[in-house]
Amino acid sequence: MPDLLIELFSEEIPARMQGKAAADLKKLVTDGLVEAGLTYASAGAFSTPRRLALSVEGVLAASPAVKEERKGPKVGAPEQALAGFLRSTGLTQDQLEARDDKKGQVWFAVIDKPGRPAAEIVAEVLEQTVRSFPWPKSMRWGDGTLRWVRPLHSILCILSDEAGAEVVPLDIDGIKAGDTTHGHRFMAPDAFSVTSFDDYAAKLKRAKVVLDASERADHIWAEATNQAFAQGMEVVEDRGLLAEVAGLVEWPVVLLGKIEEQFLDLPPEVLKTSMKEHQKFFSVKNPKTGRIEQYVTVANIETADQGATILAGNGRVLSARLADAKFFWENDLRVAKAGMQPWIDALENVTFHNKLGSQKERIERIAALAREIAPAVGADPDLAEQAARVAKADLSSEMVYEFPELQGLMGRYYSDAAGLPAEVGAACEEHYSPLGPSDDVPTAPVSVAVALADKVDLLASFWWIDEKPTGSKDPFALRRGALGIVRLLLDNSLSVSLSDLILDAYMPHYHKMNHEEERLVDADREMVAEHLGITSSDVTSIENQIYEKKKESGELKSSFSFKDIDLSDVSHPSADLLSFFHDRLKVFLKDKGIRHDIIDACIAMEGSDDLNLLVKRAEALSEALKTDDGENLIQGFKRANNILSAEEAKDGVSYELDPDPKFAESDEEKALFAALDEAETAIKPAMDAEDFSTAMAAMAKLRGPIDAFFEATQVNSDNQIVRRNRLCLLHRIRTICGGVADLTKIEG
Amino acid sequence: MAEKLQKPRSFQEIIMRLQSYWAAQGCAVLQPYDMEVGAGTFHPATTLRALGSTPWSAAYVQPSRRPTDGRYGDSPNRWQHYYQYQVIIKPSPPDLQALYLGSLEAIGIDMKMHDIRFVEDDWESPTLGAWGLGWEVWCDGMEVSQFTYFQQVGGHDCKPVSGELTYGLERLAMYVLGFDDGNEMPFNDPDAPIPLTYGDVFREAEAQYARWNFDVADTDTLLQHFKDAEAECARILAQPADDPKTGRRIVMAQPAYDQAIKASHLFNLLDARGVISVTERQAYIGRVRTLAVACADAFVQTKAGGYTPENAA
Repeated sequence: MPDLLIELFSEEIPARMQGKAAADLKKLVTDGLVEAGLTYASAGAFSTPRRLALSVEGVLAASPAVKEERKGPKVGAPEQALAGFLRSTGLTQDQLEARDDKKGQVWFAVIDKPGRPAAEIVAEVLEQTVRSFPWPKSMRWGDGTLRWVRPLHSILCILSDEAGAEVVPLDIDGIKAGDTTHGHRFMAPDAFSVTSFDDYAAKLKRAKVVLDASERADHIWAEATNQAFAQGMEVVEDRGLLAEVAGLVEWPVVLLGKIEEQFLDLPPEVLKTSMKEHQKFFSVKNPKTGRIEQYVTVANIETADQGATILAGNGRVLSARLADAKFFWENDLRVAKAGMQPWIDALENVTFHNKLGSQKERIERIAALAREIAPAVGADPDLAEQAARVAKADLSSEMVYEFPELQGLMGRYYSDAAGLPAEVGAACEEHYSPLGPSDDVPTAPVSVAVALADKVDLLASFWWIDEKPTGSKDPFALRRGALGIVRLLLDNSLSVSLSDLILDAYMPHYHKMNHEEERLVDADREMVAEHLGITSSDVTSIENQIYEKKKESGELKSSFSFKDIDLSDVSHPSADLLSFFHDRLKVFLKDKGIRHDIIDACIAMEGSDDLNLLVKRAEALSEALKTDDGENLIQGFKRANNILSAEEAKDGVSYELDPDPKFAESDEEKALFAALDEAETAIKPAMDAEDFSTAMAAMAKLRGPIDAFFEATQVNSDNQIVRRNRLCLLHRIRTICGGVADLTKIEG
Repeated sequence: MAEKLQKPRSFQEIIMRLQSYWAAQGCAVLQPYDMEVGAGTFHPATTLRALGSTPWSAAYVQPSRRPTDGRYGDSPNRWQHYYQYQVIIKPSPPDLQALYLGSLEAIGIDMKMHDIRFVEDDWESPTLGAWGLGWEVWCDGMEVSQFTYFQQVGGHDCKPVSGELTYGLERLAMYVLGFDDGNEMPFNDPDAPIPLTYGDVFREAEAQYARWNFDVADTDTLLQHFKDAEAECARILAQPADDPKTGRRIVMAQPAYDQAIKASHLFNLLDARGVISVTERQAYIGRVRTLAVACADAFVQTKAGGYTPENAA
């Protein structure tokens, strides 16, 4: 059976795209072959900066002949139906077979499809693959219309077996397939022909090309660590960079260089980032000093001077870059040591969002919020406020302007340089976290307070101006922000009312709106009502209280809080934002194996704006439902609930009275009374103590008695008293279970 | 060949070698465009000629200005006035990479001793409504050129595709001549009777322009000029194609484009004066793009842009 070798040779393919492109080539070609009937034994794909290659071993020499049967119209069906069938099969009527079917005789077409030689199929599949290749970005060149990631120069495509190799005839927009390729651009540019994959890989290696990216990466890493080790140094591991660099060279030559002494005092992150982002250098650390003192660069060529010229050139570029970084660092330190005020002031001119004012205004809001949150997270309110005020100051620094990815981290350096408490510095660094589902979550109280305040303000502010994420559009990363809040609260086991947090975060916006005008105009009132999820008369009542309060204190611009006002009759503050958090929580818990309907059942309960409480409840319910009793209880509960709802609807009454055991007729009914009493006694104190597992377990125990009751008893007795009593009994099931979770939300 | 590999001795020799190399490859060696531009791409020989189907091949030096890069002549590698060398060939020839590497050899870079790399860099000019794919070319870790296959200019698909090469001449020369401080590199032959460095030629002017760009330029005047250029561009393009005086079809794409170039440079000056806020920035860029796109629309209505009475819509 022949082997197939394909190479698509082009101008330099971006490093980040090579791995996926090789995998796509393999999938598209092998899928295409199999679909056309050509099975194979094994396949492997490879990439270098200038080529994608695919080796498929043990391909069938030809696709097998197949007999295809197709069912047509009934014998005696209208002329047109038969004509259409003949057209679609390409047969004549005498070639059809009439066969017996369930409903009489039916025409069948039996089409013999002869096998096709592999070369024909390969040519078709490869052309299709090249023309529809899923590059993230592709281009045209010259006067052609073909698209590829960069100009495609040649195609090598051969089928080889013991008898030799044969070029697969193929021509894509003038690029004819052949059996030749080229070696390294500078060291072995001449064309050579190949007869098989082994021949190809071996000749490439002689022509200074290592075909396999992982082999290049392994070589780079081994060579880098060896050279560093010889100098008593350690290479700082960076897998992403290693993969990228392996995609930038066909023949890796590892060179170790020294960073000029004058730059060694720069923060290690600055050295690392500058070297990595601009030059694709690995950082090399001196384990004795803990500093980054050298670097590894990977060249694509062997030179007569062992890379001395290349290393010198790279060193000069690095020094020029680091001279800039050093200049920024020293300028920044001067501002930092003087207290960073110019940076904070500069944020006044930076628009955060045109409807939400400047960065400075945002920082004011975060500072006030961090202060509010501090006690709940065990942080000192003064420190939390102070940290919030400087946490974003580094955005004005020269270093962060040059390297935006160092935001936060530079904040810590500058906070420390300013002599601020260590907690403040830590908060500067950590308050952006967590940025993703796997990012570390801050635990230091001051950091947590600022991180929460930062994100809650973000969410509440965009909700305030009605800029919510829609579909795939989330330009302000609000989903990520909400997930960050969820993780901060859960990982730190913080029992905080999200509703209160949201109201606190709304305050400054409300206050600002209220600032110019003593009273709101009607339109504003409507807007406030909508945002808070309350009626406009509620707003008026709040407003009146605010107004009275202001008048009493004689200071109309004094700050106030919704919490100072009796909100007992305003029961759903900003339900929309809260449910956005609940949605994030569902996604988060789904990954932890908790079903969304279980969370819904718990969200319906009181106190669900405390996410920790909500999760505890959901976890307990999830566990309970995994037991046999729990699962079946749901059925019993639903049956009880459905009957009760139906009868209540029919009779137009609620059966809320206490059922009386004296009307119980059967043993099962009496047993249910007893079981409900017992459950209630167990559930109530457990719920009060937030011991959800105990409560759920007690509830699950009802499964037996409920099942037995329904087995033995007809609820709709002819005796109206008995019937009413039984419906009230069902109501007790509903109430007791409903006190634990809203089981009507459970699916199945 | 031996002579070719000899190192050039001055900034001007590098320019002259590039000129003769690309002349030998058949390019029309043009002179700089006589207006203030931010980069060689703005020269109509690139922006406008990349449009339409007429073949084109040109190379030229373009003095360029980026007011915000001014450092009073004190920086070793940043100037508000600098030079780009630009090559544009349409359709892009299949051996453009090899031709480009030949130009590096012509200025004394030995391919056997240096590490030349093509590193992904997608080019996009929001002010020109243009984009392309290509690379920045690295020599021993330093970016020495931009290499771009134009895909769109002024909102029009480039058919055929132009290949564009842009050399940052100062940086390239500093590397080839071996100077860390660009102001110290020889502009003419160091053995000339009156040897001049790059700094001798430009340093003083750099300080003068930095002061004017950053602190003195009258922003009201600049803003008025911007509006004037915008209005004139629109007025030119609003004229009917047929000239009433000569009775000929004369679509004035290039005079209109001059106004777009002016607007673009005035925007850069306003930016350097620090009077354009972050939000306004996008709006200004959009206004310049609107002009550039309108000029591109007009250019494809000219003969150079591929217009014939037969294919007129």
